[in-house]
Amino acid sequence: MTQSHPDAPTASHSTSSTRTLSVLVENSPGVLARVSSLFSRRGYNIDSLAVGATENPYFSRMTIVINVEDHALEQVIAQLDKLINIISITELDPVISVQRELLLVKVATDVTTRSQVLETVQLFRAKVVDVAQDAVTIEATGNTEKISALLRVLEPYGILELVQSGLVAMSRGLKPGSISEDKK
Amino acid sequence: MSETTKMTGASALVKALEASGVDVMFGIPGGAILPAYDPIFDSKIRHILVRHEQGAGHAATGYAQATGRVGVCIATSGPGATNLVTPLADAQMDSVPIVAITGQVASGAIGTDAFQEADIRGITMPVTKHSFLVTDPSDIARAIAEAFHIASTGRPGAVLVDIAKDALQMRTEFNYPRTIELGGYHPKIEATPESIRDAAALIAQSKAPVLYVGGGAIKSGAHKELVKLAELTGAPVVTTLMARGAFPDSHPQHLGMPGMHGTVAAVTALQKADLLITLGARFDDRVTGKLSTFAPGAKIIHADIDPAEIGKNRAADVALIGDLRLTIEALIPAIKSEFKKSQPDISAWLKQAYGWRSRFPLGYDQPTDGSVSPQYVIERIGKISGPDSIYVAGVGQHQMWASQFISYENPRTWLNSGGLGTMGYAVPAAMGAKVGAPDTTVWAIDGDGCFQMTNQELVTCALNNIPIKVAVINNESLGMVRQWQTLFYNERYSNTELHSKRIPDFAKLAEAMGCVGLTCDSTDDVDKTIAKAMEINDRPVVVDFSVHRDAMVWPMVAAGASNDEIVNARSLAPIWDSQEL
Repeated sequence: MTQSHPDAPTASHSTSSTRTLSVLVENSPGVLARVSSLFSRRGYNIDSLAVGATENPYFSRMTIVINVEDHALEQVIAQLDKLINIISITELDPVISVQRELLLVKVATDVTTRSQVLETVQLFRAKVVDVAQDAVTIEATGNTEKISALLRVLEPYGILELVQSGLVAMSRGLKPGSISEDKK
Repeated sequence: MSETTKMTGASALVKALEASGVDVMFGIPGGAILPAYDPIFDSKIRHILVRHEQGAGHAATGYAQATGRVGVCIATSGPGATNLVTPLADAQMDSVPIVAITGQVASGAIGTDAFQEADIRGITMPVTKHSFLVTDPSDIARAIAEAFHIASTGRPGAVLVDIAKDALQMRTEFNYPRTIELGGYHPKIEATPESIRDAAALIAQSKAPVLYVGGGAIKSGAHKELVKLAELTGAPVVTTLMARGAFPDSHPQHLGMPGMHGTVAAVTALQKADLLITLGARFDDRVTGKLSTFAPGAKIIHADIDPAEIGKNRAADVALIGDLRLTIEALIPAIKSEFKKSQPDISAWLKQAYGWRSRFPLGYDQPTDGSVSPQYVIERIGKISGPDSIYVAGVGQHQMWASQFISYENPRTWLNSGGLGTMGYAVPAAMGAKVGAPDTTVWAIDGDGCFQMTNQELVTCALNNIPIKVAVINNESLGMVRQWQTLFYNERYSNTELHSKRIPDFAKLAEAMGCVGLTCDSTDDVDKTIAKAMEINDRPVVVDFSVHRDAMVWPMVAAGASNDEIVNARSLAPIWDSQEL
């Protein structure tokens, strides 16, 4: 469910796509709850959300991945911008930003399949972080496409356990941009 | 600062409230907020002891809506705080500036399910503009200053400040900030010159414009500028439920209220317009009906201080983001210069719009069984008390009738719960309005259902010399719900009969609470009874008007209109789908 109204007469046709927002917030209690509460009550679906420290101890950085239409994205940004603890919001274009997520995956192996799995690990420049009798645990970082591709290849061997971080992202080049700063 | 200038957090709180310009607050003490009540005892701030925290919250809202100042309410932790949730949500929905102060259990006990602990900051997060939890006494004054700043600037709203008991007890220096800088809050925005030019150009091209005026016109104090804009453009004006009084009802360009229970002229004009000049309104579902059927041929100019309102429900062709008064001030010269180049001829449009107004005036049927018409009672109150009085409605049929059959000439004379639709709003909000405007006659127009939710505040009114007047429009039922049962549920009146003509005796109840109680059950006595109520100014008055129970709020049907005309008028309106709304 998104905020867009398909029946709005003058709303332009737009397609839904995955967007990455980099959100600078005050490093204070309750900010994460405010953001998640906003997404929940306005019916925006979060694909992933990662939050962590920045170079400045007063601020944290949230990387939010959402799947929305163009029109709805404007609403998401405008609504987020109303939260007092949010300093700035930037949409990160995948072409001019670095986007990474972290994957830990436990894959079933036996004598015959272990070497094939290890080969896959090498091809994807991933790492084996734990080996047991009948399983290996693999760590991989990369963009969403790479992580999905790796999982597709590993799937036939039997995925026993899987954990993924949210996406973190940063614009390339020197200057961090900001959508909401233009308005301020 | 020396040790001697230190004070308790509680004193810092009261001093910060004084520094923020507070002259009155509504509240009830309790354990966690108790330290604050000691310095309140000595403060010049008037504290009005209410009988229920919900009453404190709505009183703060009524005060704010009547005066334009920030309303303040105060309560203790736990149940005291949770009783404020409804008024906070109510104020936030209608963009009313209020600050709620709540005590919280001592900081060390937070999170332990302590006695009277509730995470009120968490609970109110979705229904406030912002909320604070203060556990350090040195943060109290700053939090209060910021709360007032946030509540009163930009799009106004509700702000909660939750303060731990130990922070109120500990000693601190008084740190009230001289200026407020919030990194993530920049409310002073003005419409860009380009957007003003674009809007003026659209207006100069329009052959069928309508000024669609919302509550923002009152919030920004734009009523004088609005009249100038209306007269410059010549466009017909509609005022939403939240904007009644923003533009004089007596003005020849006024078509009345749009929406589900609006006038035929207002609804039809929006439907047929080629341009909506939207001023501080938000395309609420009660105005638009099904969005795809609303004003299908209109371009949209949308002026609002909240950027998130632009395109939320209806895409805008031109967005004017900023304070509405300043926007209109900028728009007027821009339109004048466009009109010098070419001024559109809208005379055919005006003839049409004013034709709808004269063909479909608001009206109502007199009951044939001799009972009193509720619309008549409300209309007579408006006529006798006049346009300088403040009218405060509850929620339901009586609210719609009060918006339809009282003529509003001035802003801040019509108070109601528009967005949240909070039954029980009227009595406490009227109390707050009367405190804010003590020399003005304040009428609560209430229903018998609403009145039974919050009438305990009449005790507060009686004891604190707040002589409001309450008209209970007693149709012994939850009238609006009953009306929907009549229309959509085959007249199966499940749980809407209140029997309030039998129990309770409202006049006696009023007397028991220190008010004057009057009753009226005949049309001939209506004027006399209202006149009697008008004479009493030393005590609150409650009038139990026993009225016809089957009277309905008609969306767009006017008395005397032919069936063809009614059907015709209905076919012009947007779709009101009972399943959707």
